[in-house]
Amino acid sequence: MVMNSNHSILIVDDEKIVRDSLAKWFQEDGYEVGTAENAAAALKQLQRRGWDVILLDIKMPGVDGMELQLRINELVPGATIIFITAHATIDTAVQALKRGAFDYVTKPVDPDYLSHVVRNALKQRTLSAENQKLKDRMTEISKADEIVGQSPQMQKIFEMVETVARADTTVMIRGESGTGKELIARAIHSGSGRKFFPIVTVNCGGLAEGLLESELFGHERGAFTGAQYRRKGKLEIADGGTLFLDEVGNISTKTQMDLLRVIETKQFSRVGGNELIRTDFRVVCATNRDLEKAVADKTFREDLYYRLNVFSIFIPPLRERRSDIELLAKYFLKKYSETMNKPIRAFSPEALAAIVGHCWPGNVRELENAIERAMVVGIPPAIQAHDLPMQVAETQDAPADGTIAAVEKTHIRKILEEHRWNISRSAIILDIDRVTLYNKIEKYGLKRPK
Amino acid sequence: MSLHVELHSALLDEERRARIVLTVARELDASVEWIRVSPPIQRAFDATRAQYHSTTILEDLQRNGNVDGQRKILALVDVDLFIPVLTFVFGEAQLNGPCAVISTARLKHEFYGLPANEAEFESRVEKEIIHELGHTLGLYHCRNFECVMRSSTYVEEIDLKRARMCVDCKTKYLSAKTAFVST
Repeated sequence: MVMNSNHSILIVDDEKIVRDSLAKWFQEDGYEVGTAENAAAALKQLQRRGWDVILLDIKMPGVDGMELQLRINELVPGATIIFITAHATIDTAVQALKRGAFDYVTKPVDPDYLSHVVRNALKQRTLSAENQKLKDRMTEISKADEIVGQSPQMQKIFEMVETVARADTTVMIRGESGTGKELIARAIHSGSGRKFFPIVTVNCGGLAEGLLESELFGHERGAFTGAQYRRKGKLEIADGGTLFLDEVGNISTKTQMDLLRVIETKQFSRVGGNELIRTDFRVVCATNRDLEKAVADKTFREDLYYRLNVFSIFIPPLRERRSDIELLAKYFLKKYSETMNKPIRAFSPEALAAIVGHCWPGNVRELENAIERAMVVGIPPAIQAHDLPMQVAETQDAPADGTIAAVEKTHIRKILEEHRWNISRSAIILDIDRVTLYNKIEKYGLKRPK
Repeated sequence: MSLHVELHSALLDEERRARIVLTVARELDASVEWIRVSPPIQRAFDATRAQYHSTTILEDLQRNGNVDGQRKILALVDVDLFIPVLTFVFGEAQLNGPCAVISTARLKHEFYGLPANEAEFESRVEKEIIHELGHTLGLYHCRNFECVMRSSTYVEEIDLKRARMCVDCKTKYLSAKTAFVST
């Protein structure tokens, strides 16, 4: 063995002579060695500090080695235990290894073998620790972009994402354009066991039929004019990871059939090829089309619809979760202030009123673009209303005096009108309770149109 | 004051003893004396294993020997040694202690069914003596393949190393030796 000044070994054996001789033997190698004569002493040692390897005798008075192993596993999950015993039976060896012991050696053991086993145990322990560190680091850097939202609707979506991410099931994300469907898909991927493999996005709406086929399945050399080289398809690249099919409602009927087959069998051939390729991916798809109507119109296969629509997440448009607008605006302000290195840290009251008052038909994407543009033209320290894109500024209906009360009055009136003075619905959108809404209606003298 | 080493053994011929004493003295920068006595091994015999418990030999050696602040004693025996748990040991030393023991049993080619090789045997004995005496001065095992303080769990590993300490071990040894003789 070699110098191991950084590693420690705990020897648990009821025989003093065994403890002492092993301790001396390992000390010559520079290990830090501790000894314990029974289970109680061993557990005390383990509570006091961590040990890299625990050498455990099976036959001890009172709590024996096998029982102690269970207690150690509870106290120190992942402890590296090597059983060392004079009373070897196949049953105990199998049981010990099943419970996670690293190895099982019988006394007397060949010094070279013991040295080898301990070295391997330490090597595996180091590798496991490194592996965990790398995984943690990967988790950190593979985290999806932050999804911002405080509205009850978004809170519900976050819960759904967390639940479905771990279950390896197909997910369909519905919502208007710009609501952040791809962000949700990425959050599902990064919360899943497939996060160390890629998430591959296929924009089904942006490609012609033949191109989409080649994009998904890849092609062999000479499969068609211009196919000079063999090319891997997105299905092959997504092996182990997640396949995100964006705008899935726009796939042609033929490709729908091919896609259904791949999702069911997890195998396919490249265009122009015969070789069957196996692949393992999870499908997450998104659409803003009314797929139920498409199924009824026979433009979308019913079997594919059911295959894809196992778990559905609907992202409401921004106008239906107004309490998120200000939060998102401030989030994007901070984001672009940092990326553009511009000291704009706030919105003027007029600008904020314009943002909150806008109905954002392009949803979060439109809001983000508006803030990005405003950040480009804006002058520190704050973004003004005139820095916002024209359509935003024009559609604002902020009051002339610009006070918070006036902004609130205008906003409440707008929401009430949008929802035909349905108090319950408007209160949900405004994220206040009904009594508060009635009080505000009275305070601002708002009247329901006759 | 210099370090004094006593090698206790009735084994080997005069000529070979002289060569070993010279090599050990040179490497350890110590005065080395071969004392022709049979080390106390009777109590260490384990009838069930038909081997001798090296730790017991060390205890008896320490009890019987003239242990003082400047002396290290190494017993050279030809019986097979063991410590509980291990099938055998080539030798054992008291880490930072006065005594050490090595066995010639497994250093002989004949033990492995090979024809005798006296030169190699002698070299193995020298290396094991220096190695165990190194432990008595507090040295741990070394990573360097050629260093005499490299651990050997099978005999071929002894052949790989030289009868000398690497620079690092030598530095540690000299400083430990100085501290030992000055106490």
